[in-house]
Amino acid sequence: METVTSIKPLLAVLASVLVVPLLVSSRKPNMREGWTFVAAIVKFLIVVSMLPVILDGKEITYTLAEVIPGAPIKFRVDALGMLFAIIASSLWIITSVYSIGYMRGLKEHSQTRYFCFFALALSSTIGVAFSSNLLTLYLFYEMLSLATYPLVTHHQDGEARSSGRKYLFYILGTSIGFVLPAMIIAYSTAGTLEFANQGFLAGKGTHGMMTLLLVLLVFGFAKAAIMPLHSWLPAAMVAPTPVSALLHAVAVVKVGVFSIVRVLTGVFGTDFLLSLHLSPLILFITSFTILVGSFIALSQDNLKRLLAFSTIAQLSYIVLGVGLLSPKGITGGIMHIGMHAFGKITLFFCAGAIFVATGKKNISEMIGIGRRMPVTMAAFFIGSLSIIGLPPCGGFISKWYLVLGSLEAQQMPILLVLLLSSLLNAAYFMPVVYKAFFYPPLESLSENKIKEAPLFCLIPLVVTAVISMILMFYPQPFFTLATMVVRRLTGA
Amino acid sequence: MQYRLGGWEPPWGIVYVVDLLNALVLVVISVLAFINLITVDRSIKEEFSEKSGAFYTLYVLFVTGLMGIVVTGDLFNLYVLLEITSLSSYALIALGKDRAAISSLNYVFMGTIGACFYLLGVGYLYIMTGSLNMADVASILPKLYHSSAILVAFIFCMVGVWIKMALFPLHVWLPNAYTFAPSPVSSLLAPLMTKGMVYVMLRLMLTVFTPAYAFIELGISDAIVWLSTIAILVGAFFALTQKNLKRMFTYIIVSEIGYMVGGAWIGNQAGITGTILHIMNDATMTLCLFLAANSIAHKVGALDFENLRGLFRKMPFTMAALVAGALGMIGVPPSCGFFSKWYLISGAVQANHYGFMTALLLSSLINAILFFRVIEFGYFEPVDAHHDHNSHHHESHGSSIEESPPLMLVPLLIVAVGIFVLGTYTGDIVTHIVGPFVTKALGL
Repeated sequence: METVTSIKPLLAVLASVLVVPLLVSSRKPNMREGWTFVAAIVKFLIVVSMLPVILDGKEITYTLAEVIPGAPIKFRVDALGMLFAIIASSLWIITSVYSIGYMRGLKEHSQTRYFCFFALALSSTIGVAFSSNLLTLYLFYEMLSLATYPLVTHHQDGEARSSGRKYLFYILGTSIGFVLPAMIIAYSTAGTLEFANQGFLAGKGTHGMMTLLLVLLVFGFAKAAIMPLHSWLPAAMVAPTPVSALLHAVAVVKVGVFSIVRVLTGVFGTDFLLSLHLSPLILFITSFTILVGSFIALSQDNLKRLLAFSTIAQLSYIVLGVGLLSPKGITGGIMHIGMHAFGKITLFFCAGAIFVATGKKNISEMIGIGRRMPVTMAAFFIGSLSIIGLPPCGGFISKWYLVLGSLEAQQMPILLVLLLSSLLNAAYFMPVVYKAFFYPPLESLSENKIKEAPLFCLIPLVVTAVISMILMFYPQPFFTLATMVVRRLTGA
Repeated sequence: MQYRLGGWEPPWGIVYVVDLLNALVLVVISVLAFINLITVDRSIKEEFSEKSGAFYTLYVLFVTGLMGIVVTGDLFNLYVLLEITSLSSYALIALGKDRAAISSLNYVFMGTIGACFYLLGVGYLYIMTGSLNMADVASILPKLYHSSAILVAFIFCMVGVWIKMALFPLHVWLPNAYTFAPSPVSSLLAPLMTKGMVYVMLRLMLTVFTPAYAFIELGISDAIVWLSTIAILVGAFFALTQKNLKRMFTYIIVSEIGYMVGGAWIGNQAGITGTILHIMNDATMTLCLFLAANSIAHKVGALDFENLRGLFRKMPFTMAALVAGALGMIGVPPSCGFFSKWYLISGAVQANHYGFMTALLLSSLINAILFFRVIEFGYFEPVDAHHDHNSHHHESHGSSIEESPPLMLVPLLIVAVGIFVLGTYTGDIVTHIVGPFVTKALGL
């Protein structure tokens, strides 16, 4: 694998860190928002500029500091990292537009602090995407936990305080209590932490130790919200909706599953996991999360909580796909990172738009709202199609590959899990849409008071909904990148 | 590098020796003492302006004594300098108000007992070996390993040093002494005194008695590591019960000493590297925390948690520095605290001492709880019954910032940034300074 050294990964990470002083010192809100845009666009452009090199089959590396022998702080851009970075950076631009509409629409306080920590959170996300080894990934993972704490607790009231505590308890508790010792034990065993093509732990240690490490690392990255370490996610819904949208549908949770995918492919390697017969363990844990998460979502009235549980289930699809250890399964899992991101963010945008326009949070209060906010609910419909996995939306492609992957791996129970969960997804999404459009509006949604969401909220959700549809017909560059990852793994 | 006092040759004369270990500790002591000195001016004027002459004299005496301890190559000379350092610190603490005098008295009692233990140990060594020079004693000792007098010497020296470094259960003097000391004094003593004693322990273990004796002949390493494990946990749990910021910090120090003693007694390359790194890192982080506490006390008065409400808005820079120190204590990369913890945990894993590893991890988690509790006080508004979005007015920027004067704030920020700079340069420090020393000391 030919590697190119370039400072671009570092620049991509720094683009938003460097903008923080500018944000703090901006006199006018418009200037501050302007700087956020500049940073977001610059970041996206830097990331995309590296895409041709990756598609060519090369990797970009950049070493920052040799802190521990065999585990420097180092960036490496490969297909998997590029996929995640493109998703995160493109969606930041869109979310910034949405944030403006939302935060100004509600006249939220401390907006400068909000935009600063948002920028830092995105830096950390790109840092995770471009990490070359487990130590660097851990560093940026922790940075993300800390950068998102002020965002989750933005409202600074009693509810925010307790949600913040839950957030830290689950996320810091697992990263320090599980990942850190596992990382050090792995380092002692292998002498390195660099993500290798078929895992740097391959062929080392005992079966028992490897199983323990796998369990510690999978549950340790609690941002992936695998049950039973999922409770922080519904609790974090107290955050303003743009935070929920980007961070908890795209950045924070995707960092969690991305880290687990790195663990499965770069730390252990699919061949090693196959030889250790550890696939059933992963499949069991994720199937449990998928089914239970979908069932709980059925019973939720609060729209954001429903979306939270839906996210919990969908994240496990990604880990399940990779856990199948079959080429098509891994492709499906990796592509779902992208498909789910665009679909879910649409749904969160819609939930936030509804709140801005009507102040309503619960589904029972949103009956007939489709008559008042047709664009928003249409986007919601498209987003839910993608999550359920129906054409004409991108989610169909990733689910198709997951199904093929489970057939390839000869795991019939998984096939059933996938079909059942799709039915459950339909069961909790479709009533929302149906009741919104086909029932008469409630009195609280009277004609004169309610109209569509502000434009700054509306445009982003339309854009992401449209992209969700386009992705079915043209799933690039996600499909190419995902197949590149699989090709490298299987050595084809 | 050597210096002969009065031109007398060792082992008859006193000699000062600098090797990689004490070079590092010397730099740490001098830099941190200097940075602290910059900040003290305002506090002295407020708290005891009539005694400022005494303060500065004692300050310089203390630093001299401590640097001497680090640099000397003579066992009795170390005792002399230890007493100079200790006496200065007793007097410095007693400059404080209300319970400072009695806390200092308690410290006098325990500290003198500690120094006496050390002196007795040195006495036994002198009787058996006829020499006071560290290198000389080290060359004579191997023939005497089975002597019970040497055993007693070692234990007395160790106990003396442990009292002075506040290792559980000999730590009881520390919380009161450091809490009631005046601000500029606690930020001098807390980072340096106990860490200097850790250096003495390392020097005794590695250079004078050599690892062959300390780890192999004695066979008590496991017990001491378990003692350190308990020290870590006790410090952490006591810290959880505190409602005063400075007192909480002092119990964290007790915990951190547990880290260092455990790492040293685990006895492998990684463990001792961790301890040495932690001398440097913990001193820096402790200075950061205590300087932040001084800054807060200067503006707000008492350091009870209740007084910290809303401080993130009023003193953002001080609180940012406090957060930096907190991240170091919790062990978040790339702070220096993470890397010393890495080596300590690596050492524990390699030695199969999973109890010590668990204590280290638990301590990190408890530190997270401790510091986020403080952060919550500073960040969350007094709990409102009802949060109404539309009634929030747009915050006017910077209108209510009341920070400490720059002379207190700038050094604090330098140390806070230093925590992360040190972390990033860990690789270089270990490769060039700590690594070679430990390899040579362990004879690898």
